[in-house]
Amino acid sequence: MDKVQADRWRGVVERSWRPAALLAACLAIWHLITATGLVEAYLVPSPAKTFGLLADKWSYLWGHTWVTTYETVLGFVIAGVLGVLVAVAMVYSRTIESTAYPILLFAQVIPKIAIAPLFVVWLGFGLEPKVIVAVLMAFFPVVISTVTGLKSVDTEMLELAATMGGGPVKTFVKIRFPAALPHLFAGLKVAVTLAVTGAVVGEFVGSNEGLGYVILQANGNMDTPMLFAGLIVISVVGVLLFLLLDLAEKLMLPWHASRRGAAVTTLLAKG
Amino acid sequence: MTGTLTTSAVSIDDVSVRFRSKRAEVTAIQQVSLDVAPGEFVSIVGPSGCGKSTLLKLVSGLLTPSSGSVTLLGEQVRGPRHDIGFVFQRAALLEWRSARRNILLQAEMRGMNAAEAGKRADELIEMTGLSGFENALPHELSGGMQQRVALCRALLHRPRVLLMDEPFGALDALTREQMNVELHRVWQETGTTVLLVTHSIAESVYLANRVIVLTRRPAVVHEVIEVDLPGTRDYSATMARPEFASATARIRDLLGAVTGQD
Repeated sequence: MDKVQADRWRGVVERSWRPAALLAACLAIWHLITATGLVEAYLVPSPAKTFGLLADKWSYLWGHTWVTTYETVLGFVIAGVLGVLVAVAMVYSRTIESTAYPILLFAQVIPKIAIAPLFVVWLGFGLEPKVIVAVLMAFFPVVISTVTGLKSVDTEMLELAATMGGGPVKTFVKIRFPAALPHLFAGLKVAVTLAVTGAVVGEFVGSNEGLGYVILQANGNMDTPMLFAGLIVISVVGVLLFLLLDLAEKLMLPWHASRRGAAVTTLLAKG
Repeated sequence: MTGTLTTSAVSIDDVSVRFRSKRAEVTAIQQVSLDVAPGEFVSIVGPSGCGKSTLLKLVSGLLTPSSGSVTLLGEQVRGPRHDIGFVFQRAALLEWRSARRNILLQAEMRGMNAAEAGKRADELIEMTGLSGFENALPHELSGGMQQRVALCRALLHRPRVLLMDEPFGALDALTREQMNVELHRVWQETGTTVLLVTHSIAESVYLANRVIVLTRRPAVVHEVIEVDLPGTRDYSATMARPEFASATARIRDLLGAVTGQD
């Protein structure tokens, strides 16, 4: 193995041993709590039992995981596209900004869990209400971060663009939008984790599939191992989607990533 | 009148600029007139905040005068002009583009022929000593290097007028001297008309044919100093010349008088 590669591996180990150790410590505490009988086994199942169930019921969980992931990603993509479009409209038009802001804020402040049943009444038990709740959850951070990003562009840069005579479209494509991308990605990362919550909340309210449904069923049957297994899978889905965005950010904005320093540090700071 | 319009590269005619702030109306520039001949290098000095930068914004059309008129290359300025190059104090580079691609932004925005623009960019990179740094990102470049990139970008489309707003203000003294020498050479090689706003008296004299000294706000032209130095100027030899000493002393006196001996 050459030296560069060895150095790279050493770097990976140096950066990841702390979070790995913390995770291991949490598992150990969990194990101790259950093994010593501090908490009744029907309230908190042991890690061994939970992961055993995860392995046993994998095909059952996999189907439901797929449903929730699909709802999440669909909701996230719609929220992302809509959010960016609304943000662009708000940045370029004072009128749109002042008109849309109160409604946006209202939509954000209203508890999504409280209005989710309404979507079930309107749209039934299918995919739509879950996706809508996910969109509602994910939309706001995308708008806010994109608006901030688009407004953060240097005024001198925009003046310069005016003397170059490229017009508003070229200025947007070549200067404003790329400059907003770091902010946009920060918003997207928050949004994707919220979209998972949105999809699960949608499933709680009325569904016969998805991880939210699995948890609700397990809850009804006092099946705490399945409940824990469901929680773990949801968390893993959220983390994987987040990491996917982090990777996309690094590939698309190497200039920005290189200025921020170690990637894992920022990942932990944000996650 | 018509004579000056056709022979001047830049003609500022009786221009005033008033800003309305919350409390009062502020006059930034009051009845300033100035003619710059084609190929001439004119420096503008004055106390901080007197409206030097405002003057450049008027010429570029980024700002409209409250009264009076500005004529650039025989055409009255109404709205942003595209036939100029602009360099600010901060390089204002796009962080995600390499030095070369930052320079080429000018071409992309203008829709210039890509091959031709690329050739011109390479020429300018060579001329400003950026060779070897073409592919570096802005944050990998020193302040002086960044400003060279900004200068190349401003010159890419061969503008007949170059506007510079304290371009070397953020650089250390030594880098600043080097940049002065390079700007002098670039000016001679390109024959561009240059309007330079600066805080450095030495810089203003070394580079210019004429130095315009403005007063405190509201700015009026206090005095115009004709710089009596040879066309091609070696840096240290120029500094040692008596004409250089007398010009800088005169400007220092004037600025002392307009700022109140501080």
